[in-house]
Amino acid sequence: MKYLNRKAGTLAIAILSASLLSACGGSSSNNDDGNKTDTDTMSYDITVTNLTNNQPLSPLAAQLHSSEYSAWKVGTAASENLEMLAEEGDNSALLNAQSPYVYSAVSGVGAIGPGVGGMLSIKADINSEMSSDIKLTLISMLVNTNDAFIGKTGVDLSNLAVGETVKFTLPTYDSGTEANSELAGTIPGPADGGEGFNMARDDVDYVARHPGVVGVDRGYSESVLNSTHGFDSPTAVLTITRTE
Amino acid sequence: MKTKFLLSILPLSLASAMAFSQSIDVQVTNLTHGMHFTPVLVSAHDSNTHLFISGQAATAALQTMAEGGNTAPLIAASAATVVNTDNIAAGLLAPSASSPVTAIETGVNTHLSIVAMMLPTNDGFIGLDGWKIPTAAGTYTILLNSYDAGTEVNDEIVDTINGGAEDGIPLAPGMDAGTGASGVTDMETNQTVHIHRGNTGDTSLTAGISDVDSRIHRWLNPVAKVVVTVK
Repeated sequence: MKYLNRKAGTLAIAILSASLLSACGGSSSNNDDGNKTDTDTMSYDITVTNLTNNQPLSPLAAQLHSSEYSAWKVGTAASENLEMLAEEGDNSALLNAQSPYVYSAVSGVGAIGPGVGGMLSIKADINSEMSSDIKLTLISMLVNTNDAFIGKTGVDLSNLAVGETVKFTLPTYDSGTEANSELAGTIPGPADGGEGFNMARDDVDYVARHPGVVGVDRGYSESVLNSTHGFDSPTAVLTITRTE
Repeated sequence: MKTKFLLSILPLSLASAMAFSQSIDVQVTNLTHGMHFTPVLVSAHDSNTHLFISGQAATAALQTMAEGGNTAPLIAASAATVVNTDNIAAGLLAPSASSPVTAIETGVNTHLSIVAMMLPTNDGFIGLDGWKIPTAAGTYTILLNSYDAGTEVNDEIVDTINGGAEDGIPLAPGMDAGTGASGVTDMETNQTVHIHRGNTGDTSLTAGISDVDSRIHRWLNPVAKVVVTVK
């Protein structure tokens, strides 16, 4: 519980700045050519259900963006903003980062425990010429790991009509920025209460699918994790409903 | 009017003929964090051909590929009409790396299979079995699981005798495996092709039951992504 309380402070800031960003993004896209242009409002309700046994999810991060943006790419080094989310569960830097291709960014409220669903709503006012290219990124950390995150980047919502729902299972990625040592003091979640973000990159330095955790019950005696922290794919279900 | 009619009926009659070659692009991405793939074989063949079938014993040619990465026997065993495109990544496909986009003319063939050994494992491989190539132009993404050929005990001992092709793991290309393991098991319970249970591994580089590192040489499915573009 200590972990959840500590996160709540960070979270409030993340929500505030994310809403500022979305206001900002909306107005700049209207003023691009100096003329008054038509805008479309796209609103979505997003639910993420945690399918793991004992891996709380850090507060969800969602972004609406064009196809020019992606939050990560397999085989490419993680951005520092992604590293902060993947190592500490802190999504504020990722959500606050300015990009001409990101229309809006929102954080969920609080961590999502195993077996629980978390929800958020995200909305963007988009120049109607751009509304045929609208993508979603959804991301969250598995907090009882060194640097695992779940999510999808570039989910195409361009053809989703109001009232329609799409559903995806989510894979788990490894940000490649911190070795999967599982040692005491290196895992921020309740299994350890250890360090979150550390700028040093002592792993492969590319994003890939996560290999899973080992844990003390599988013979890794120095690990602070045990068999309850194991996971397989998928780790969550993502449901997106367009509401406007 | 008459000319137009003739032109429009022409492609239809071609499409109904059996021999209708398609131009496709294939790219394979290694999704894993710490496993290498041996040279990747992409095979276009008919609907009755299989490089492997889950739940059935591996052929000797598949066994050679799964235990040592050698695709030559699979290619040699192919029918004359099969279009094999071997080694599309020009060597090992490293963790998280993608092969070049590889253009393939399918000839008379309608289905696609892909195999490559996973290192370090005893007889683990990535597998796509007889995926029907769509006729509609577009980009298709397929996620591949890891299979166990069922032909070699998963003792997880790195052993280069006979190139490792008959006993043990031939190589850990990341040069991050250990030596001196006693062996995880001496039994292969399921001797048919099945979903790989994963490496067991341990954290000792000089002793223990396994030469592979349980923190590095593990994976969850899927292990590879294939993007096929039908042109």
